[in-house]
Amino acid sequence: MSYLYSKKTLVILGFVILLIMPFVLAPFNLNLLGRFLAYAILALGIGVLWGYAGILSLGHGIFFGFGAYAMAMYLTLQSGGMPDFMGWNGITELPWFWAIFSNPIVAIVLAIAVPMLFAGILGFFTFRNRITGVYFTILTQALVIVVTTLIISQQQYTGGTNGITGFDTIFGYSLNSVTTQQMIYWTTVIFLGLVFLICYKLVNSRFGKVLIAIRDGENRTRFLGYNTSIYQVIVYSFSAGVAGLAGMLFVLQVGIITPSMMGIVPSIEMVLWVAIGGRGTLIGPVIGALLTNGASTWFSQTYPDAWLFFIGLVFVLVVVFMPKGIMGIISTIQARRRAKKYGKDRKEEAKLYNSSSI
Amino acid sequence: MEKIEKKKQSSTTVLQSEKLIVQFGGLKAINEFSFQLSDRELHFIIGPNGAGKTTFLDVLCGKTKPTSGNVLFKESIELGKLYEYQIVRKGVGRKFQAPSIFPSLSVMSNLEIAMKQQKGFWHILRAKLSEGDKEHIHEMLTLIGLKEESNRTAGTLAHGQKQWLEIAMVLMQDPELVLLDEPIAGMTEEEEEKTGELLRTIAKDRAVIVVEHDMDFVRKFADKVTVMHEGTWLCDGSMEEVQQNERVLEVYLGRR
Ligand SMILES: Nc1ncnc2c1ncn2[C@@H]1O[C@H](COP(=O)(O)OP(=O)(O)OP(=O)(O)O)[C@@H](O)[C@H]1O
Ligand SMILES: [Mg+2]
Repeated sequence: MSYLYSKKTLVILGFVILLIMPFVLAPFNLNLLGRFLAYAILALGIGVLWGYAGILSLGHGIFFGFGAYAMAMYLTLQSGGMPDFMGWNGITELPWFWAIFSNPIVAIVLAIAVPMLFAGILGFFTFRNRITGVYFTILTQALVIVVTTLIISQQQYTGGTNGITGFDTIFGYSLNSVTTQQMIYWTTVIFLGLVFLICYKLVNSRFGKVLIAIRDGENRTRFLGYNTSIYQVIVYSFSAGVAGLAGMLFVLQVGIITPSMMGIVPSIEMVLWVAIGGRGTLIGPVIGALLTNGASTWFSQTYPDAWLFFIGLVFVLVVVFMPKGIMGIISTIQARRRAKKYGKDRKEEAKLYNSSSI
Repeated sequence: MEKIEKKKQSSTTVLQSEKLIVQFGGLKAINEFSFQLSDRELHFIIGPNGAGKTTFLDVLCGKTKPTSGNVLFKESIELGKLYEYQIVRKGVGRKFQAPSIFPSLSVMSNLEIAMKQQKGFWHILRAKLSEGDKEHIHEMLTLIGLKEESNRTAGTLAHGQKQWLEIAMVLMQDPELVLLDEPIAGMTEEEEEKTGELLRTIAKDRAVIVVEHDMDFVRKFADKVTVMHEGTWLCDGSMEEVQQNERVLEVYLGRR
C-alpha cells in the first residue's frame, strides 16, 4: 500500500514542520498556531466520536471549557491567590471547589477526568436507553445552555461572563515570556502527536472496526453480540477527555476563558472543523481545525462583519458538495490519478479501494 | 467422530415455545403459538403475509419481547428475558431479511468482528487477528464463495453476495441455532440453488429456522415445515403432509 505509506510519511513530515515552527514564526503567530493546534486536538476527539462512531455531539464546548477553567483556576491561584471577582462579590474565603485546584497535578487530572466521568455518566443513561442520533445531539446542545447559564449566574465563583483571566505565571515562569510560550507550544505539539497516535491505534484496531459497525448498523452490531451502548459510552467519554486536555492547552496560550468561548456557537464550530476537514479520517479534523481557524483569523481581521456569514456559507457548501470534506476531495483526486497510472477502469478501482483510516 | 455420531442420533430439543403471545396494541401478532425444534433440523416456517413469522424470529433474537409465554432455548435459557447481545452470546444467530452487513468495512473485517470471541470492550481493544482466526475466516469465505473478495469493501458486493456474507457473519459466531428471514429474496435461480446447498451444509451441525415464501424452495430443502396463520400454529410436518392439510389449503386459497 504505497498510498498509505505516503500518507504516513506526510503526517510525520507535518509533525516535524510543526516542531520547528518556533524557529520560523514570530511569537505572535506562533501563539496563534499553538491555539489552533489545541483546537486540532479537540477536533481529533470529535473526529473519532462523530466520524467513526457516528455520534454527533454539539456540546463538546463544555468539556473543552471544563479543561480550560480547571487550568485557569490553577493558574489564578498560583499567581495571585484568590481571584479578584470573589472579593468584589464579598467572598472572603476560598471555596473548597476552588481550593483543590491549587495543586497542579490535581488540576490537570481533574481537567481530563471530570469531562470523562461526566460524559461517561451522561452517555450511560442516554445510550443504554437507546437515545441516539438527533435526540442525543439535541440533548448535548441543551446541556451547553445549562452549563453556560450556570457559569454566568454563579458570578461570585466563576467570574461570570468575564470568565477567568489575569494570571501571568506558570510554575513561577512568566506566561508572557517568549521561552515559556515556546515550551507551551511544543507541549501542545507533542500532545497533538500523542493524541493522534492514540486515535490512530484506536480506529485501526478491532475496536475501531466495531465503532464503524455501530455507526453503519447499530442494531446489526447488537445482533453480533456486542453491547453497543458500552462502546458508545466509552468513545464519548474518551472524546470528552481529549476535549478537556485541549481546553487546558488552549487557556495556557490565550490567557483567558469565558463562557462564550465554550457556548453554543463554539460547540457547533468544533463540529464544522471536522466536517470541513473530512469525517471518517484523522488527518481531516486536524487540517479542518487549522485551516478554518487560520482563515477565521485572517478573515475576521480583514472583514470582521462578514466572517460569520462566510463560515455559514462554507459549511453549507461543504455539506452539499463535499460530504467527505477536504480529505474526501484528496482521495478522489488520488483515486483518479492511480486509475490513470494503471489504466484501470476508475470505477472498478474505486470499488476495490478500501479507505485507510488515517 | 463417534461423539458426533452419537449426538446426531439422540436428537435433543433445542427450542421450545409454549403458548407464546405477542401483542402490538390490539393486534395479536403471535397468538398462543407453540413450537418445537430439534437439533440439526432444517425447519421452515411458512404462512401468508402478516402471519407473524418475522415477529416470531424477533422474539427469538430479543428484538421483540413476548407479551406472555416464553421461549426456552436448550431447555433452560429463557430467551424472552435476555438482551439481544446476551442471546447472541448464548448461541442464537439471526440473519435479517434485508441484507445488513457493514458496507464500509472490508469483507474480511465484517467477518472479523462477527467472529465468536469475547465481545467486551477491553478484549476487543487489544484483539489481534491470529493465524487461526485468519484460517477460520478463509474457510468461511470458501464456504460462501467469496474467497477472492476478502479485501473488498462489503458495500460494493452484489446483492446475493451480501446475503451470503451476512449468513457467514452469523456462522462465524458458531451459533447452535440459526434464524434466517427470507434468505433467497431477490436472488437469481442459480444463487437460490447455492443458498439452498449452503443451508443444508449449515444444518449438518446446528438447528436452522428459515422463514420463506418460495414454495419450490421449501419443498426442495425442508426437513420439516411449520405453517403459521394469524399468529397461530396451523400444522406441521413434511412439505407433502402440510400441502395436503385442509386448513392450509383454505388459508392459502383464501376459502373460509
Ligand atoms: N412493531 C410492530 N408494531 C405493530 N405491529 C406490528 C409490528 N411488527 C409487526 N406487526 C404486525 O404484526 C403482524 C405480523 O407481522 P410479521 O411481520 O411477523 O408477519 P410475517 O409473517 O413476517 O409477514 P410477511 O410474510 O409479510 O413478512 C402484521 O400484522 C404486522 O403488521
Ligand atoms: Mg416477514
